[in-house]
Amino acid sequence: MIAVYLLLLVPLAGMALLSFHGHRADAGRLNVRFNALALAASVWLAIDVLINGPELSAGRLLYIDSYNVYLVALTAFVGLTTSMFSGPYMAHEQEIGRVTARRLRLYYAMYQGFMLAMYLVLTTNNMGVMWVAMEGATLATVLLVSLYRTPESVEAAWKYFILCGVGIAQALFGTVLLYFAAEQKLGVGGEALLWTVLHDNAHALDPAILSLAFVFLLVGYGTKIGLVPLHQWLPDAHSEGPTPMSAILSGLLLNDALYAVVRCKMLVDGSLGTHLAGNLMMGFGLLSFLVAALFLHRQTDIKRLFSYSSIEHMGLMTFAFGVGSPWATFAALFHMTTHSLTKSAIFVTVGHAAQLAGTQRMDKIRGLILTQPTIGWGLLIGTVAIAGFPPFGVFASEFLVLVATMDDFPWLTPLLLLGIGLAFAGLFRHIQPMVYGDVPEGQKAITANLWPVFMHLALVLWLGLAIPGFLGNWFSQATQLIAGSLPQ
Amino acid sequence: MAITELTLYQQAILLLAGLIALTSFLMLGQSRLVRLVLVFALQGLLLAAATALAASVLDYPHLYVSAALSLLLKGIVIPVLLQRLIHRMGLHRVMDTIDHPARVMMAGTALVVFSYYVSLPVVQHSTLVTLNAIAVSLAVVLLGMLLMITRRQAVAHVVGFMSIENGLFFAAVVSTYGMPMVVELGVAFDVLVAAVVFGVFFFQIRSSIDSLNVDQLSKLTEADR
Repeated sequence: MIAVYLLLLVPLAGMALLSFHGHRADAGRLNVRFNALALAASVWLAIDVLINGPELSAGRLLYIDSYNVYLVALTAFVGLTTSMFSGPYMAHEQEIGRVTARRLRLYYAMYQGFMLAMYLVLTTNNMGVMWVAMEGATLATVLLVSLYRTPESVEAAWKYFILCGVGIAQALFGTVLLYFAAEQKLGVGGEALLWTVLHDNAHALDPAILSLAFVFLLVGYGTKIGLVPLHQWLPDAHSEGPTPMSAILSGLLLNDALYAVVRCKMLVDGSLGTHLAGNLMMGFGLLSFLVAALFLHRQTDIKRLFSYSSIEHMGLMTFAFGVGSPWATFAALFHMTTHSLTKSAIFVTVGHAAQLAGTQRMDKIRGLILTQPTIGWGLLIGTVAIAGFPPFGVFASEFLVLVATMDDFPWLTPLLLLGIGLAFAGLFRHIQPMVYGDVPEGQKAITANLWPVFMHLALVLWLGLAIPGFLGNWFSQATQLIAGSLPQ
Repeated sequence: MAITELTLYQQAILLLAGLIALTSFLMLGQSRLVRLVLVFALQGLLLAAATALAASVLDYPHLYVSAALSLLLKGIVIPVLLQRLIHRMGLHRVMDTIDHPARVMMAGTALVVFSYYVSLPVVQHSTLVTLNAIAVSLAVVLLGMLLMITRRQAVAHVVGFMSIENGLFFAAVVSTYGMPMVVELGVAFDVLVAAVVFGVFFFQIRSSIDSLNVDQLSKLTEADR
């Protein structure tokens, strides 16, 4: 259990220290060290859970089971590799004068603050604290989106703040309703918001109130997942903020919001015994998936392009969790992992590509593979992976989603295939000239730190070829927890 | 159930609920930013009064803490902060008029009716007071959103945002006798940080578009730039 406390204390200490030392030259390395410590704590925690099973902390405030333990490890891993990339990247930004030393300090402190909020969302046992941490993540990142202080970035940050703030207020209303329903059965007191208690008593909770609560929770946390039509903030925030932040927003924040929705779904399913929650999620998910795939085609900004790709994949996961059969749930859990790894790798590469070309406009980024082969290949392989080509992990997980949909809702598979095809076409028509086109005059190679990218892509490749036993085991256990039975 | 059959406490809560909804409507119609913030402060005071009343009548001591928090945050700190910002930015003479006040008011009324309709499933399980509290708090949340939609000034958006939080607090206090303490403190902390971040943003927005009229924040669109 000590590992959980460590996991939360490390980023807290990191935030405190970096808010004083963040402007120093070694702040980037310090940031990496803190994230490495957090990763070590999460690995320790993972081994602990692997051996001893689900754990509940004293005071029952923190809870770790097979559903969140792998997300904790994933969060720590992506947080570490992104911080490795962000050190030199931010140093470069400071060199060309886009950020000052003071803002760099803000950046590093908020990076740790964001990680803290993410760990808290994942590990807390209290639905209310989960909400507080989710709002905390918004507050930590909102100042990062406007870090460059351009009119566009201020606009994006304002939109992000208002839309996510109002959206997540709906989730708080849902949480209040949840508490209201629970309190009638469990009595007044701190017990009635504990997830473990709620889950054990889900069948006793009032279905009418819970279905009302779920609508608010889905809309609230759905805003953070970036579900259409609540997605408006996402492309703006991703494209105008610093690139390392896009990587952790896409790789971690969206996952964690979806995690919260699925936790709520488990309660509502237990109470209602119908497929209402699943149907709502399927509808929202499918809409996001298709709309985002179409929007991929008309993008001009490379970071906007990949943020729409994130919406598309989050939509697919929401859909798969909504289908709710064991296989679909397994596939969604798997897809969460592969998408996080691939998408954060892509954003790291995109950051380098944009620095190389000096712009984010795709019609100005050309000839990557000739100027700097590692960046060109990184972008190409990353795009191949995210578009769902074998043998990468995204292919395996998308294929599983398709198979699972075929079982329960066969008439929806053509729509899924259409979306995947559209997204594939949308990505490659933009990527191909960027990678292979003629080199613009005077484009020189930059110092790039690409081994986080290739580490991620290697992992995705590994996951596509074989899922390691312990991970498959966690996915199965989590599936059993969420869907009620094991995938056959 | 006739209103005279209710206990005095319940009648008082209903009255406060009505007043809180009224302040939301007042905000909706108020075009001067200074007065808008004043009405918001009044709403915060009413919220604190409702919480304190529930604490003393129902004997939940921890509600006193949240009453104090509401009073301090919503009734004093945030309004004072906003007033000072308004004066520092020279916005106290700015009129943020709405285009069709009558239509906005009608829409607000419709939202209240809608809130009662949505809360109907709850009434079968609880008292009249809870139904009213949940319906009114949902209405306050929706009216806050309407306020944000109809206004152009960033300050008005912040007031709308904060009054949404007021609605949520009211629901938590009256229908469930307050959330657990750790949640309540966390939410209050978030609100405070949000208020500070808003303050930072006012300066950023003003330095980027030279006013606080967020209608001018429209550079980012889906169409080709």
